[in-house]
Amino acid sequence: MADEALFQFLHNELIQYVNNAESGENENGRCVSKLENMGFRVGQGLIERFTKDTARFKDELDVMKFICKDFWTCVFKKQIDNLRTNHQGIYVLQDNKFRLLTQLSAGKQYLEHAPKYLAFTCGLVRGGLYNLGVKSIVTAEVSVMPACKFQVMIQKI
Amino acid sequence: MAVCVAVIAKENYPLYIRCVPTQSELKFHYTVHTSLDVVEEKISAVGKAMADQRELYLGLLYPTEDYKVYGYVTNSKVKFVIVVDSSNTSLRDNEIRSMFRKLHNSFTDVMCNPFYNPGDPIQSKAFDGTVSAMMVPSC
Repeated sequence: MADEALFQFLHNELIQYVNNAESGENENGRCVSKLENMGFRVGQGLIERFTKDTARFKDELDVMKFICKDFWTCVFKKQIDNLRTNHQGIYVLQDNKFRLLTQLSAGKQYLEHAPKYLAFTCGLVRGGLYNLGVKSIVTAEVSVMPACKFQVMIQKI
Repeated sequence: MAVCVAVIAKENYPLYIRCVPTQSELKFHYTVHTSLDVVEEKISAVGKAMADQRELYLGLLYPTEDYKVYGYVTNSKVKFVIVVDSSNTSLRDNEIRSMFRKLHNSFTDVMCNPFYNPGDPIQSKAFDGTVSAMMVPSC
Protein backbone atom coordinates (compact mmCIF):
# COMPACT_ATOMS: atom_id res chain seq x y z
CA MET A 1 0.00 0.00 0.00
CA ALA A 2 1.20 3.45 -0.85
CA ASP A 3 0.57 5.11 2.51
CA GLU A 4 2.70 2.48 4.21
CA ALA A 5 5.68 3.36 2.07
CA LEU A 6 5.08 7.05 2.61
CA PHE A 7 5.20 6.71 6.37
CA GLN A 8 8.42 4.74 6.14
CA PHE A 9 10.10 7.26 3.86
CA LEU A 10 8.98 10.14 6.03
CA HIS A 11 10.22 8.35 9.13
CA ASN A 12 13.60 7.70 7.52
CA GLU A 13 13.91 11.32 6.43
CA LEU A 14 12.94 12.45 9.91
CA ILE A 15 15.78 10.48 11.45
CA GLN A 16 18.17 11.70 8.79
CA TYR A 17 17.13 15.29 9.41
CA VAL A 18 17.30 15.18 13.18
CA ASN A 19 20.61 13.36 13.00
CA ASN A 20 22.13 16.04 10.77
CA ALA A 21 20.75 18.88 12.86
CA GLU A 22 22.24 17.49 16.05
CA SER A 23 25.96 17.38 15.53
CA GLY A 24 28.83 17.54 17.96
CA GLU A 25 29.12 16.12 21.45
CA ASN A 26 26.60 13.63 22.71
CA GLU A 27 24.59 13.88 19.50
CA ASN A 28 23.08 10.43 19.68
CA GLY A 29 21.30 10.97 22.99
CA ARG A 30 19.92 14.33 21.89
CA CYS A 31 18.79 12.88 18.58
CA VAL A 32 16.94 10.06 20.31
CA SER A 33 15.19 12.32 22.80
CA LYS A 34 14.20 14.75 20.06
CA LEU A 35 12.63 11.94 18.03
CA GLU A 36 10.97 10.63 21.15
CA ASN A 37 9.39 14.02 21.83
CA MET A 38 8.14 14.25 18.25
CA GLY A 39 6.56 10.84 18.64
CA PHE A 40 4.98 11.93 21.92
CA ARG A 41 3.08 14.77 20.28
CA VAL A 42 2.03 12.63 17.33
CA GLY A 43 0.87 9.87 19.66
CA GLN A 44 -1.30 12.30 21.59
CA GLY A 45 -3.01 13.44 18.40
CA LEU A 46 -3.41 9.94 16.99
CA ILE A 47 -4.95 8.44 20.10
CA GLU A 48 -7.48 11.26 20.18
CA ARG A 49 -8.57 10.24 16.69
CA PHE A 50 -8.47 6.47 17.19
CA THR A 51 -10.47 6.44 20.44
CA LYS A 52 -13.20 8.68 19.09
CA ASP A 53 -15.66 5.85 18.52
CA THR A 54 -14.53 3.33 21.10
CA ALA A 55 -16.24 2.70 24.41
CA ARG A 56 -14.67 3.92 27.63
CA PHE A 57 -11.76 1.79 28.83
CA LYS A 58 -12.24 -0.36 31.90
CA ASP A 59 -8.71 -0.39 33.23
CA GLU A 60 -5.04 -0.18 32.39
CA LEU A 61 -4.95 -3.61 30.75
CA ASP A 62 -7.82 -2.62 28.51
CA VAL A 63 -5.83 0.41 27.40
CA MET A 64 -2.75 -1.71 26.71
CA LYS A 65 -4.79 -4.15 24.65
CA PHE A 66 -6.10 -1.26 22.61
CA ILE A 67 -2.53 -0.09 21.96
CA CYS A 68 -1.47 -3.60 20.92
CA LYS A 69 -4.40 -4.27 18.65
CA ASP A 70 -6.09 -1.20 17.21
CA PHE A 71 -3.33 1.36 17.57
CA TRP A 72 -0.63 -0.94 16.23
CA THR A 73 -2.81 -2.06 13.33
CA CYS A 74 -3.52 1.52 12.33
CA VAL A 75 0.10 2.61 12.46
CA PHE A 76 2.03 -0.52 11.52
CA LYS A 77 -0.61 -2.65 9.72
CA LYS A 78 -0.14 -5.56 12.11
CA GLN A 79 -0.82 -6.42 15.70
CA ILE A 80 1.69 -6.83 18.48
CA ASP A 81 2.71 -10.50 18.54
CA ASN A 82 3.00 -10.88 22.26
CA LEU A 83 1.94 -8.83 25.27
CA ARG A 84 3.21 -9.78 28.69
CA THR A 85 2.72 -8.17 32.04
CA ASN A 86 3.68 -8.73 35.66
CA HIS A 87 0.39 -7.09 36.76
CA GLN A 88 2.43 -4.53 38.68
CA GLY A 89 2.76 -1.88 36.07
CA ILE A 90 5.26 -3.40 33.65
CA TYR A 91 4.17 -4.44 30.19
CA VAL A 92 6.35 -5.96 27.48
CA LEU A 93 5.13 -5.61 23.91
CA GLN A 94 6.89 -7.88 21.48
CA ASP A 95 6.81 -7.39 17.74
CA ASN A 96 8.56 -10.13 15.79
CA LYS A 97 8.60 -8.23 12.53
CA PHE A 98 8.66 -4.54 13.36
CA ARG A 99 7.87 -2.63 10.23
CA LEU A 100 10.34 0.22 10.70
CA LEU A 101 13.20 -2.27 11.03
CA THR A 102 12.33 -4.76 8.28
CA GLN A 103 13.94 -2.64 5.57
CA LEU A 104 17.04 -2.11 7.64
CA SER A 105 18.49 -5.52 8.29
CA ALA A 106 17.58 -9.08 9.16
CA GLY A 107 20.28 -9.91 11.63
CA LYS A 108 22.79 -8.29 13.89
CA GLN A 109 24.16 -5.89 11.28
CA TYR A 110 23.51 -2.16 11.93
CA LEU A 111 22.41 -2.96 15.46
CA GLU A 112 24.02 0.26 16.71
CA HIS A 113 21.60 2.32 14.58
CA ALA A 114 18.48 0.65 15.95
CA PRO A 115 17.83 3.08 18.86
CA LYS A 116 17.27 5.96 16.44
CA TYR A 117 14.72 3.96 14.49
CA LEU A 118 12.78 3.02 17.61
CA ALA A 119 12.77 6.35 19.45
CA PHE A 120 9.84 7.78 17.51
CA THR A 121 7.72 4.71 18.20
CA CYS A 122 8.58 4.80 21.91
CA GLY A 123 7.34 8.37 21.97
CA LEU A 124 4.26 7.40 20.03
CA VAL A 125 3.28 4.81 22.64
CA ARG A 126 4.14 7.11 25.55
CA GLY A 127 2.12 9.98 24.07
CA GLY A 128 -0.85 7.74 23.39
CA LEU A 129 -0.84 6.35 26.91
CA TYR A 130 -0.34 9.79 28.40
CA ASN A 131 -3.41 11.12 26.64
CA LEU A 132 -5.44 8.20 27.99
CA GLY A 133 -4.34 9.12 31.50
CA VAL A 134 -1.57 6.55 31.92
CA LYS A 135 1.83 8.06 32.67
CA SER A 136 4.65 5.78 31.61
CA ILE A 137 8.23 5.33 30.51
CA VAL A 138 8.71 3.41 27.28
CA THR A 139 12.00 1.82 26.29
CA ALA A 140 12.84 -0.41 23.34
CA GLU A 141 15.16 -3.37 23.11
CA VAL A 142 16.48 -5.21 20.05
CA SER A 143 18.66 -8.27 19.96
CA VAL A 144 18.13 -9.47 16.41
CA MET A 145 16.41 -7.29 13.83
CA PRO A 146 13.62 -7.02 12.79
CA ALA A 147 12.22 -8.32 16.10
CA CYS A 148 11.99 -5.87 18.96
CA LYS A 149 10.51 -5.47 22.41
CA PHE A 150 8.97 -2.38 23.93
CA GLN A 151 8.93 -2.18 27.66
CA VAL A 152 6.28 0.04 29.19
CA MET A 153 6.74 1.02 32.81
CA ILE A 154 3.66 2.63 34.30
CA GLN A 155 4.39 5.50 36.67
CA LYS A 156 2.19 5.26 39.70
CA ILE A 157 1.35 8.61 41.25
CA MET B 1 -30.03 24.94 20.65
CA ALA B 2 -27.28 25.44 23.16
CA VAL B 3 -26.82 28.57 25.23
CA CYS B 4 -23.39 27.56 26.52
CA VAL B 5 -20.68 25.19 25.28
CA ALA B 6 -17.61 24.38 27.36
CA VAL B 7 -14.54 22.18 26.94
CA ILE B 8 -12.76 21.22 30.15
CA ALA B 9 -9.28 19.71 30.24
CA LYS B 10 -8.28 16.47 31.93
CA GLU B 11 -7.06 18.44 34.94
CA ASN B 12 -10.40 20.27 35.19
CA TYR B 13 -9.45 23.70 33.94
CA PRO B 14 -11.38 25.28 31.07
CA LEU B 15 -9.94 25.00 27.57
CA TYR B 16 -12.82 26.74 25.91
CA ILE B 17 -16.08 28.26 27.07
CA ARG B 18 -18.63 30.22 25.16
CA CYS B 19 -22.08 31.41 26.13
CA VAL B 20 -24.71 33.27 24.22
CA PRO B 21 -26.13 36.00 26.43
CA THR B 22 -22.68 37.32 27.25
CA GLN B 23 -23.91 39.49 30.13
CA SER B 24 -24.64 36.39 32.25
CA GLU B 25 -21.34 34.74 31.41
CA LEU B 26 -20.32 34.33 35.05
CA LYS B 27 -23.48 32.39 35.79
CA PHE B 28 -22.63 29.89 33.08
CA HIS B 29 -19.12 29.53 34.43
CA TYR B 30 -20.70 28.54 37.75
CA THR B 31 -23.11 26.13 36.08
CA VAL B 32 -20.33 24.41 34.17
CA HIS B 33 -18.14 24.31 37.25
CA THR B 34 -20.83 22.61 39.33
CA SER B 35 -21.46 20.10 36.59
CA LEU B 36 -17.90 18.78 36.90
CA ASP B 37 -18.74 17.03 40.17
CA VAL B 38 -21.61 15.21 38.51
CA VAL B 39 -19.33 14.22 35.63
CA GLU B 40 -16.76 12.87 38.08
CA GLU B 41 -19.44 10.88 39.86
CA LYS B 42 -20.72 9.41 36.62
CA ILE B 43 -17.28 8.32 35.43
CA SER B 44 -16.31 6.69 38.70
CA ALA B 45 -19.63 4.85 38.76
CA VAL B 46 -18.72 3.35 35.40
CA GLY B 47 -15.74 1.66 37.00
CA LYS B 48 -17.93 -0.20 39.48
CA ALA B 49 -20.87 -1.23 37.34
CA MET B 50 -19.06 -1.52 34.07
CA ALA B 51 -21.33 -3.21 31.60
CA ASP B 52 -24.26 -0.80 31.85
CA GLN B 53 -22.66 2.44 30.76
CA ARG B 54 -19.41 2.68 28.89
CA GLU B 55 -20.53 5.21 26.39
CA LEU B 56 -18.73 8.53 26.01
CA TYR B 57 -22.01 10.42 26.17
CA LEU B 58 -23.13 10.84 29.78
CA GLY B 59 -26.62 12.17 29.17
CA LEU B 60 -28.39 14.76 31.27
CA LEU B 61 -26.19 15.76 34.18
CA TYR B 62 -28.72 17.86 36.05
CA PRO B 63 -31.57 20.21 35.33
CA THR B 64 -31.86 23.64 36.91
CA GLU B 65 -34.85 25.94 36.82
CA ASP B 66 -33.92 27.54 33.54
CA TYR B 67 -31.39 25.19 32.00
CA LYS B 68 -30.52 21.59 31.32
CA VAL B 69 -26.88 20.54 31.51
CA TYR B 70 -25.56 17.70 29.36
CA GLY B 71 -22.13 16.07 29.59
CA TYR B 72 -19.72 14.03 27.48
CA VAL B 73 -16.27 12.71 28.36
CA THR B 74 -13.73 11.59 25.77
CA ASN B 75 -11.35 8.68 26.33
CA SER B 76 -8.63 11.22 27.04
CA LYS B 77 -10.78 12.53 29.93
CA VAL B 78 -11.56 15.84 28.27
CA LYS B 79 -15.04 16.94 29.25
CA PHE B 80 -17.58 18.63 27.04
CA VAL B 81 -20.52 20.39 28.67
CA ILE B 82 -23.51 21.76 26.79
CA VAL B 83 -26.14 23.90 28.52
CA VAL B 84 -29.54 24.24 26.84
CA ASP B 85 -32.59 26.27 27.70
CA SER B 86 -35.26 24.28 29.58
CA SER B 87 -38.01 26.02 27.69
CA ASN B 88 -36.76 24.37 24.54
CA THR B 89 -38.66 21.09 24.88
CA SER B 90 -38.44 20.13 21.25
CA LEU B 91 -34.77 19.22 21.63
CA ARG B 92 -34.37 15.47 21.74
CA ASP B 93 -31.65 13.31 23.23
CA ASN B 94 -30.52 12.31 19.76
CA GLU B 95 -29.89 15.89 18.76
CA ILE B 96 -27.81 16.55 21.85
CA ARG B 97 -25.87 13.40 21.07
CA SER B 98 -25.13 14.55 17.55
CA MET B 99 -24.08 17.97 18.86
CA PHE B 100 -21.51 16.30 21.11
CA ARG B 101 -20.42 14.15 18.20
CA LYS B 102 -19.73 17.23 16.09
CA LEU B 103 -17.97 18.89 18.98
CA HIS B 104 -15.77 15.84 19.48
CA ASN B 105 -14.90 15.64 15.78
CA SER B 106 -13.92 19.27 15.76
CA PHE B 107 -11.93 18.90 18.96
CA THR B 108 -10.03 15.98 17.45
CA ASP B 109 -9.10 18.18 14.52
CA VAL B 110 -7.79 20.80 16.94
CA MET B 111 -5.75 18.16 18.78
CA CYS B 112 -4.20 16.94 15.53
CA ASN B 113 -3.22 20.44 14.49
CA PRO B 114 0.57 20.62 14.88
CA PHE B 115 0.37 24.29 15.81
CA TYR B 116 -1.84 23.55 18.80
CA ASN B 117 -0.18 22.69 22.10
CA PRO B 118 -2.20 20.13 24.08
CA GLY B 119 -3.45 21.81 27.24
CA ASP B 120 -3.62 25.33 25.84
CA PRO B 121 -6.88 27.26 25.50
CA ILE B 122 -8.52 26.54 22.15
CA GLN B 123 -8.33 29.45 19.75
CA SER B 124 -9.07 27.66 16.51
CA LYS B 125 -11.42 29.43 14.13
CA ALA B 126 -12.75 26.16 12.74
CA PHE B 127 -13.69 25.04 16.24
CA ASP B 128 -15.31 28.41 16.87
CA GLY B 129 -17.36 27.92 13.74
CA THR B 130 -18.60 24.49 14.82
CA VAL B 131 -19.63 25.88 18.20
CA SER B 132 -21.35 28.90 16.65
CA ALA B 133 -23.40 26.57 14.46
CA MET B 134 -24.88 24.84 17.50
CA MET B 135 -25.49 27.95 19.60
CA VAL B 136 -28.74 29.90 19.67
CA PRO B 137 -28.41 32.80 17.28
CA SER B 138 -27.79 35.87 19.44
CA CYS B 139 -29.99 38.83 18.63
